[in-house]
Amino acid sequence: MKSKSYNGQVIPINRDNVDTDLIIPKQYLKSIKKSGFGPFLFDSLRYNDTATLDSDDEREENSEFILNRQPFRKGNILVSKSNFGCGSSREHAVWAIQNYGIDVVIAESFADIFSRNSFKNGLLLITLESQTINEIIDSSLSSNSYILDVNLAEDKILLPNDKTITFSISRSYKDRIINELDDIELTLRNKDQIKNYENQMKLSKPWLFNND
Amino acid sequence: MKQTLYDKIWNDHCILDNDDHSSLIYIDRHLIHEVTSPQAFDGLDIKKRDIWNKKSIMATTDHNVPTINRDQGITDPVSKIQIEALRENCKKHNIELYDLDNLKQGIVHVIGPELGMTQPGMTIVCGDSHTSTHGALASLSFGIGTSDVEHVLATQCLNLTKEKNFNIEVNGVLHPYITSKDLILYIIGSIGTSGGTGYTIEYTGETISDLSIESRMTICNMTIEAGAKSGLMAFDEKTHDYLKDREFLPSSKHYDNALKYWETLISDSGVTFDRKEQFNANDIQPQVTWGTSPEMVTSVDECIPSSDLINNEEEYIDTLAYMGLEPKTEIKSIDLDKIFIGSCTNSRIEDLRQAAEVVEGEKVSSKIKQAIIVPGSGLVKAQAEREGLDKIFMKAGFEWRDPGCSMCLGMNDDFLEPYERCASTSNRNFQGRQGDKGRTHLVSPGMAAVAAIKGHFYNVKDFMNEK
Repeated sequence: MKSKSYNGQVIPINRDNVDTDLIIPKQYLKSIKKSGFGPFLFDSLRYNDTATLDSDDEREENSEFILNRQPFRKGNILVSKSNFGCGSSREHAVWAIQNYGIDVVIAESFADIFSRNSFKNGLLLITLESQTINEIIDSSLSSNSYILDVNLAEDKILLPNDKTITFSISRSYKDRIINELDDIELTLRNKDQIKNYENQMKLSKPWLFNND
Repeated sequence: MKQTLYDKIWNDHCILDNDDHSSLIYIDRHLIHEVTSPQAFDGLDIKKRDIWNKKSIMATTDHNVPTINRDQGITDPVSKIQIEALRENCKKHNIELYDLDNLKQGIVHVIGPELGMTQPGMTIVCGDSHTSTHGALASLSFGIGTSDVEHVLATQCLNLTKEKNFNIEVNGVLHPYITSKDLILYIIGSIGTSGGTGYTIEYTGETISDLSIESRMTICNMTIEAGAKSGLMAFDEKTHDYLKDREFLPSSKHYDNALKYWETLISDSGVTFDRKEQFNANDIQPQVTWGTSPEMVTSVDECIPSSDLINNEEEYIDTLAYMGLEPKTEIKSIDLDKIFIGSCTNSRIEDLRQAAEVVEGEKVSSKIKQAIIVPGSGLVKAQAEREGLDKIFMKAGFEWRDPGCSMCLGMNDDFLEPYERCASTSNRNFQGRQGDKGRTHLVSPGMAAVAAIKGHFYNVKDFMNEK
């Protein structure tokens, strides 16, 4: 197995229920691409004004928001609380996080569809207990720099105080991220089984296939 | 071994079990729309992959379409590119598209059941989280992201890990003018927006059996707001009656066999669920959300709570600041700017009838800047017009629009201006959902109609008794 690790500044988002509308508002979902969403991540919190996909006006930043403050602006490990990514199925939320340059999201819990979309795009999600999350959020907010070292091969996170936290992650998720697998190709290896299943269903539930 | 309804549909679609606890699941029906499909078609093109089963797919334009002046075409150039992309993709791959010029066009979760494309026992996916709606017809339905849309286009399958079984049993009788919208908001207020995460929820009990299929759809629709991707309800006589004569149902040659299969789509009696909750319908009053998460909800006769039981103090304070409200404010004292009746949650004919019953002979308050009614589909609109509902609404001062997702998410021109407050029959009150800095209160169609007339919230039950 190839090794994969991420090292970088924490971006603390100190709240529960960060929803996908907050991560990327609807006006940017009109794009037909998978890229270019980075400037719009957390758009309504990040800017005092609104924009559209085709406007190229200079934006007015909200200087209070975490992504507009040092050292968080250059962070690549987002840390938040429970039910992160709740709401709509928009994969644009994952693309926006990745386009911004964030490699890892750590939270107390994640919404189901968001988890799945992250898995599909190789965005690493790590679940930790609330006590640890609070510790990371508090420390990162009171430090000039708060760097985590996430070692995916060993399921470990090294904190700046040299404390090591172990996390658990499914084998398939890990494989997916480390080997950058093409899911469709993997599924198509079972083409014959899919065809066999379909042929059985054509006999038992023919109306689903040919409703003459 | 005894099985739940979820177990049965799962097992029936399981092609093989993988060694990582996931299974390869066959997908019977794939619904697509303009917003979450273009990148998926692009992915197919790049890898030169074909679509596995075109006949399983139905496409419509809904999220991003104008609901007014359609004869002028789509004026927003960015929206136009997205809709044209869907048109081109459907044409290229020979996929059935219900476009703006088609009477049957509408919100994907309204037209699927309406046309009979949603059938019991099916697995149904769509790149939209409210796909859970279709579970009201005993189908296993859930929202997926764009990568999974591409995966289903190319393979007709998804590798999925089975969820746990959660039974929500509701008994008792809903009071007059209290609807399934109030019931599901009440349930979300109780179990929270992550209460269903990791589960498939099956709703049972006499209250559910008594509900119409359209009312059941409202509950399954908002199941995603409780964190569960799928909501399910057993097949029964009402499901059967609803399905009769729908366009895409099994033909007469197959119908009896299909019906025989559908009749098996109930959980075995005495089966054990991983989790169970019970609710009493008699307890439920009209619900109004006061915050920026659907779990922040209370009865119309109550006040905004003085602290939040689910979320932390900081979030409670931020929420009220965003909403422009104070703790302990009486819900009925909250004035409104806009009224939206529509969305995949509440835009079907029964929803419009409920609203019309309230509105008939009344006028929209002068305090209200705009009150719009957006039917869920062209067929719903036509039916409402046959019943004269459009005239009732327009006479009262409502705008009568063409079908689409509209102000539920404000991707088109229907949205809230900053700080505007809306009584909305949609499903999400997230920050900025209906427009940047907009303030959303989720309610039933009857409650939205009363709010339009009064200019502030009011108990629909009292209003109808006084009328």
